[in-house]
Amino acid sequence: MSTQSPGATCRLVRVAETERPGVTVFHGARPLPALAGDTLLTALLCNGVALRRSEFDEGLRAGFCNMGACQDCWVTLEDGSRIRACTTEVQDGMRIRALDGP
Amino acid sequence: MSERAPAVLIVGAGPAGTRAAETLVAHGVRPVVVDEGLRSGGQIYRQPPEGFSRPASALYGFEARKAEAVHAALAAVRESIDYRPGTLVWNVEGGVAQTLGPEGVGRIAFDSLILATGAMDRVIPFPGWTLPGAFTMGGAQVALKAQGCAIGEPVVFMGTGPLLYLVAYQYAHAGARVAAILDTSSAADALPVLPGLLWGGRTFAKGLWYMTWPRTAGIPVRRGIVPVAAEGEGALEAVRYRDRRGREHRVACTGLGIGYGVKSEVQLAELAGCEMAFDPLAQQWLPEADGDGRARDGAVYLAGDGAGVAGADAAELRGRLAALAWLADHGIAVDRGERARLRAKLRRIMRFRDALERALPVPFHLARALPDETVICRCEVITAGEIRQGRALDPAELNRAKAYTRVGMGRCQGRVCGPAAAQILADARGCDVAEVGRLRGQAPVKPLGIRAGALAAVEDNSRAASI
Repeated sequence: MSTQSPGATCRLVRVAETERPGVTVFHGARPLPALAGDTLLTALLCNGVALRRSEFDEGLRAGFCNMGACQDCWVTLEDGSRIRACTTEVQDGMRIRALDGP
Repeated sequence: MSERAPAVLIVGAGPAGTRAAETLVAHGVRPVVVDEGLRSGGQIYRQPPEGFSRPASALYGFEARKAEAVHAALAAVRESIDYRPGTLVWNVEGGVAQTLGPEGVGRIAFDSLILATGAMDRVIPFPGWTLPGAFTMGGAQVALKAQGCAIGEPVVFMGTGPLLYLVAYQYAHAGARVAAILDTSSAADALPVLPGLLWGGRTFAKGLWYMTWPRTAGIPVRRGIVPVAAEGEGALEAVRYRDRRGREHRVACTGLGIGYGVKSEVQLAELAGCEMAFDPLAQQWLPEADGDGRARDGAVYLAGDGAGVAGADAAELRGRLAALAWLADHGIAVDRGERARLRAKLRRIMRFRDALERALPVPFHLARALPDETVICRCEVITAGEIRQGRALDPAELNRAKAYTRVGMGRCQGRVCGPAAAQILADARGCDVAEVGRLRGQAPVKPLGIRAGALAAVEDNSRAASI
């Protein structure tokens, strides 16, 4: 299962604050619509079901504590640096490595 | 000639850190305030990013005025403190805090430390809890409050503690669909502690209102339940639970908020040399301090939920008290009447909190009864069975079990799994949970990129070389 497949169920559902300016983040080659002020976790999970694969089993992961404590939501930027998606606000054009894997 | 003024470092800018800073500034002291958050308010009064438009009443409900007051207090002293938002203190050692912030790694020398590090959700794992869609209760609240998002459609909230009903209310109020509220505690738990609960006054009344509200909104509330499993193909699709008669039920949901109250973030207190003691009610090792928050005379003070959970109102009082204690300890005159009033208010809240913890008891026994295949440590994917088998090597305490099994070895450093792992190990050994000890706080208290770690090491080396 892809972590970011168009049309798949999205994890997060926007219920308020939808009037913000739009920005685009890239997950691999795929552009994802997001809003200024989104965290990376919000931007990715409003467009897909998960953030990464677990390193030790088959499971997908999509964050857990959402406040920078549990470290479940690490994603890798295109330059190879690893960041916590729940505490990083998106910037227009941000590129995240797709971890859809084998 | 006057000596250099002592340097005070406050860690955290939630209600406790903010009131501590405000109190110091009012007495002519300029503290450094380091906060992981990009904006002040902590988790409870978390402020959304720029460009969000909901009013405080929509974000904080009954607590809107308190939230605004805490934000205003920090804003008012902004120019009178050295404020460093978006900055993690990842180590405290020998009068120096090591930080990672927007400008990279740094060091802050201090004479005194006021720790207001807050709390995070207390979690009891259960089968399926690592599925995408399961968040902590606090995480679910952050999604709504700071991002305008629901964690699914529909959402189930499960666990116990004041947040259970509060977050469910906030979700329903924001137009999200709440499929059920599943509470592990029962009304029977509250009866014996009713007198204590009455100390809560308005807080208790608000709590009762939040608990009865879902019925009028047609949201099912089930009490005395036992979580069975979260399930779904690759992501959450439903949660199963047993009711108090033992019958199993399934509720379809794509979002699940779980939590059993909150637990203190104590890693920095431990690194700062505080004595740690086991708190039987919270089942957590907490840094020791006197009623005003003095942990190590003149050097370390504790305030807010990081020093034992008592909630946001108490955190404001404890922030003020810790700052007043610091001032008094450093020969600066403080208003004794004010201290007495703050202490009296705090005592009332603590009586209520004690009763509340008993009225909404944390079902630690559920951790002990988990099936072997249940993942306990979500970072390293270590199961309850592996912790129990590790028992064969006879780990006398939790750090040894960590070495044998890797439970708590992952990136969260046991913040999430530690309490449950301690219960499982104690059960396997047939001993009291206090006897298996606690996972030691280690620097860095949160993961650093290798570049940050390397830079800090280079700085340390060049400093050592120049001495």
